[in-house]
Amino acid sequence: MIPLSWYLILAAGLFCIGLFVVLTKKSAIGILIGIELMLNAVNINLAAFWHYYTQLNPSQTPLNGMVFLAIVFIVAAAETAVGLALIISAYRRRNTSVAGEMDLLKG
Amino acid sequence: MTAMQIIFLIVAAVTLGGALMIATSRRMMHTVLWLVLTLMGVAVLFALLQANFFSVVQVLVYIGAIAILILFGVMLTRRSMVDAGESLVHKNWWVVAVVIALLFAAIVISIQPWGAAHTPLVELMEFKEPISDLGEALVDPAAYLIPFEVSSVLLLAVMVAAIYIAVDRKGGKS
Repeated sequence: MIPLSWYLILAAGLFCIGLFVVLTKKSAIGILIGIELMLNAVNINLAAFWHYYTQLNPSQTPLNGMVFLAIVFIVAAAETAVGLALIISAYRRRNTSVAGEMDLLKG
Repeated sequence: MTAMQIIFLIVAAVTLGGALMIATSRRMMHTVLWLVLTLMGVAVLFALLQANFFSVVQVLVYIGAIAILILFGVMLTRRSMVDAGESLVHKNWWVVAVVIALLFAAIVISIQPWGAAHTPLVELMEFKEPISDLGEALVDPAAYLIPFEVSSVLLLAVMVAAIYIAVDRKGGKS
């Protein structure tokens, strides 16, 4: 079957690509997309370790990892909603969605 | 090489390929569509890990809500990106690429000596996903009631904050 390390390496690759997107995109929405990729990489890691732990301890009910995974989902959704609201607000006042041009504290 | 490993490799290639297309795509709209492909690949990975509930949640929350929200954000703020006519990618991207390749190599090398990392993940036998247990544990004070309530308050606060920030208080035409 699939070794645990394959999932870890895939998640590391996804995380690194997400970091690359965050650091290189000029558009603020592009940066948000990169953050989503990084959060997904973390979710893959959590699910892989949840499976690993459940496999080692078959007698326990495997709820800890599931609740942890659910919390990460909730925080990701919250972060995207507030981030997009901020971007739209900044766009309305400054007429730009390029992160480098958002350089004033006062709109 | 079993069938599961071949399926995993195909899904991993699609996921990472979608992520690379996000990094290189020039148009924001295409970027969001590649994001949907990547999220779909992650959902399939959850299914491979037997986290079936979270596979469905991934499709509902990420693809159904977050990707569509980002798509709306792109369409509402598109004008400036078209007018600017400049590249979406920073000009020093290759420095970042080298640093991040080093980071990836460091992660992979540091995983290798750990013996448990090479454990094959077998199919969980006689495993029924404990959704009803999860539901009861979320409202049980002895289990996860407090994290559940805190995340409920977080979502409520986020909803209020998003509406408050995004609403046009000046009543302008834009």
